[in-house]
Amino acid sequence: MSATYVLRRTLIAIPSLLGISLILYAVLALAPGDPFGELATNPNVPASVRAALRAKFGLDDPVWSRYLHWLAAMVQGDWGFSFVSRMNVDTLIAQRIPVTLAVIGAAQVLAIAVAVPVGVLAALKPYSLFDQVANTLAFMGFSLPTFFTGLLLILLFSVHLGWLPTVFRADLQATGLAWWGEMIKQSIMPVLVLGLFQGASLVRYVRSSILDVVRLDYVTTARSKGIGSMRVVLRHIVRNGMIPVVTLVALQMPVVFGGAIVTEQIFRVPGIGSLLISSILANDTPVVMGVTFVFAVLVVFFNLIADLLYGWLDPRIAFS
Amino acid sequence: MSPDLRALIDEVKQGTLSRRSFVQRIVLAGLTAPMATQLLALGGVAHAEEAVAGNGYTPTKRGGGGLLKTLWWQGPTLLNPHFAIGTKDQDASRLFYQPLASWNEKGELVATLAAELPSLENGGLAKDGKSVIWKLRQDVKWHDGVPFTADDCVFNWQYSRDPATAAVTIGKYKDVTVDKIDDHTIRVSFPDVRPFWADAFVGTYGMQIPKHLFEAYIGAKSRDAPTNLVPVGTGPYKFKEFRPGDMVSGVINDTYYEPNKPFFDTIEIKGGGDAVSAARAVLQTGEFDYAWTLLVEDEVLLRLEKGGKGRVVIMESTGIEHVLCNFTDPNVEVDGEKASLKTKHPTLTDPAVREALNYLLDRDAIQKYIYGRGGVATASIFNVPERFRSPNMKYEFSIPKATEVLDKAGWKPGADGIREKSGKKLKFVFQTSINQPRQKSQQIFKQACQKAGIELELKSVTASVFFSSDVGNPDTYSKFYCDLEMYNTTSDTPDPALFLRNFLSTEASQKDNKWQGRNISRWQSKEYDDLWATQQYELDPIKRAQILIACNDMVCSNHVVLPLVARPIVRGLINGLHAFPSGFDSDFWALADWWKDA
Repeated sequence: MSATYVLRRTLIAIPSLLGISLILYAVLALAPGDPFGELATNPNVPASVRAALRAKFGLDDPVWSRYLHWLAAMVQGDWGFSFVSRMNVDTLIAQRIPVTLAVIGAAQVLAIAVAVPVGVLAALKPYSLFDQVANTLAFMGFSLPTFFTGLLLILLFSVHLGWLPTVFRADLQATGLAWWGEMIKQSIMPVLVLGLFQGASLVRYVRSSILDVVRLDYVTTARSKGIGSMRVVLRHIVRNGMIPVVTLVALQMPVVFGGAIVTEQIFRVPGIGSLLISSILANDTPVVMGVTFVFAVLVVFFNLIADLLYGWLDPRIAFS
Repeated sequence: MSPDLRALIDEVKQGTLSRRSFVQRIVLAGLTAPMATQLLALGGVAHAEEAVAGNGYTPTKRGGGGLLKTLWWQGPTLLNPHFAIGTKDQDASRLFYQPLASWNEKGELVATLAAELPSLENGGLAKDGKSVIWKLRQDVKWHDGVPFTADDCVFNWQYSRDPATAAVTIGKYKDVTVDKIDDHTIRVSFPDVRPFWADAFVGTYGMQIPKHLFEAYIGAKSRDAPTNLVPVGTGPYKFKEFRPGDMVSGVINDTYYEPNKPFFDTIEIKGGGDAVSAARAVLQTGEFDYAWTLLVEDEVLLRLEKGGKGRVVIMESTGIEHVLCNFTDPNVEVDGEKASLKTKHPTLTDPAVREALNYLLDRDAIQKYIYGRGGVATASIFNVPERFRSPNMKYEFSIPKATEVLDKAGWKPGADGIREKSGKKLKFVFQTSINQPRQKSQQIFKQACQKAGIELELKSVTASVFFSSDVGNPDTYSKFYCDLEMYNTTSDTPDPALFLRNFLSTEASQKDNKWQGRNISRWQSKEYDDLWATQQYELDPIKRAQILIACNDMVCSNHVVLPLVARPIVRGLINGLHAFPSGFDSDFWALADWWKDA
């Protein structure tokens, strides 16, 4: 049953992906700007060069025909060719994937590692001092935008203490242990900024879903049966309380691939987010399409995963 | 004065007058010493004695300098100089590729791949001004060991001029002819007299790519060349790694043709981020050695400099922030075109109104409170190199003088305090791109105008729209559908002739040319067109400089545009680094000469 469900969901995803790509393409085509606009203001470059470049990259064709070209190529696995870098879009994206996964992935892991224990402890003793402090910090954490916390950390760790670098470099020259040392050093601030921001909102989710479970009758039953308190918490409370949290984390996975535009900009992390923003600014349509489309596919895919996980965690939920 | 000067230059040529006494006499005649040297250089006597770069280079062996970390807040995106659209790409290409000659920080020509600079004396410059002979260095090898020869130069010409290649350098090569004389000599011939000959093969547009690697990729196939992304050049550093938009790195070229150079073992350009944090990384935390274009308010730079790790270096360049007056009427549509050449601006075509506006532009305050070291108040549209600087233009901020001019011309204050004449009011829409210093300048101008009875309505447009060439958008600077506008423009070549084309009648930006004409004010002046045309045939560099200065004076004294501040280039250097950026060429024009104190 689950197999037909997956198949059906996949088939439904196709028209929605088509719709997404069509809207994206239309928005990009309507947006002002031109990848070769810079040439127009340059007195050294004759207007004919710009015209030739536009013709060469097919920018003078009508939007619908450009879209169909793009779509046909994409279906065949050809991601297109960047106007700006004149290299294949898939190569450009592939270059950014490792750093993005490492930094944003580490931030997610940090978020989960902080949020789950803090949230559970806070929920077990609601309105205790620990809960109050955790709540206050969580509210502060997700109210402060990352560009602000980023600058605060830079001010503290780089300017005043001089411990950590402000610029993330993908081509560290060291090898072996020294490489790891430098890599960790330069990753600390971006990972902290992102991880704590995401962790803060996750704490709230964990706390509320655990609170829901703690009050349920079966927990009381388990306790009255004389099961150890640790065992009750781990086996009975956390396991059930985590169901909505797991879904939430699964739905956040595309974000890991999508990068974090603001944080990447602050620390110059060469991730997908900075590729996306610079491509948008340069009107590099094929790259913007490539990145956003990957993102759309991931969102659809992880939505499916989340639904399947839900069913697996809670067998009462049936796929029909 | 100029025939005398010619005679003097001839005396220097024949050796009867020393350079030194020539310079002294010129200075007595009211010209500056650098101008005298440049006059000699352009007159074919000898070239500027030495560039500052390279002077004081103390390392006694090649390499050993470690890693040079540079920060460009726009990441380089491609590495073929013939496709390099922005400065960032030209700079990144310059790590590996070199031109025959470069422009130093004073706007003087310096030989790079050329063995010597062409001059009348060495027979490099033809007497009729129709050709130039370049002699190439014979000790240059491409990074893969193949010798660099005249064939490579001829190839670059063929590659660039082929319209199917779609090279941005085509403007430099398309109407010249290049012949190989021998393996290390080429002749560049021009269709007509060409007083400014140092264009093709020079500077950012003159970088040479190797024939043996690009030969198969000329024309329509140009984008498929693998070497587009893996450059093999002649420069002091060899290609190591490239991640578009993020970083480019190079390693020392052990067979570089200059002895003991370069100093650094590896070099890296890191891209991305913003100007303020780039300034911080060099000036305050000292993580990087060099930062490109610090477009940051001077106040912030001064504060960061207190960090003590680095310093700000400011070099003159042709950048000019200026206010343009629209000579056509943006509110009337003729044949479906606003601001058509068939219309006349109802009020700005009155010279008195423009003169009054010029009195109301408080350049000193704008320099002092907004641009600081990053903008020098000026009354000329062309300020550097010094040999083309007009001594005649002055500016003054004076509200009384502005009102006097307006009163005299019959513009009287109406009931609402705004001046008017025969029903036409002095109300203008003043647009610029969104950028903090520009918005502040707009305010300063608006307040002064208000006091003189002129109302300015301020408008700001997102930079990506304002500077775009989108034919469908009414808010671009080139459509100029309002009365006044302000932006920064640069000349790219130290020779102002190309830049001064921006005021030719035929260059007017209009529907016919899809608003790609360079005369944005749409000023029409036969007198100016004729004056500009004479410099095209003037081989006497002194007379030609005088004509170009007269062009500047005509534009500025007619207040076609109101020059505001000259924008130098601003760079951040870590303490101990000896770097030599130039406002007339790529930052890396003299990269082999860079070194760092131990």
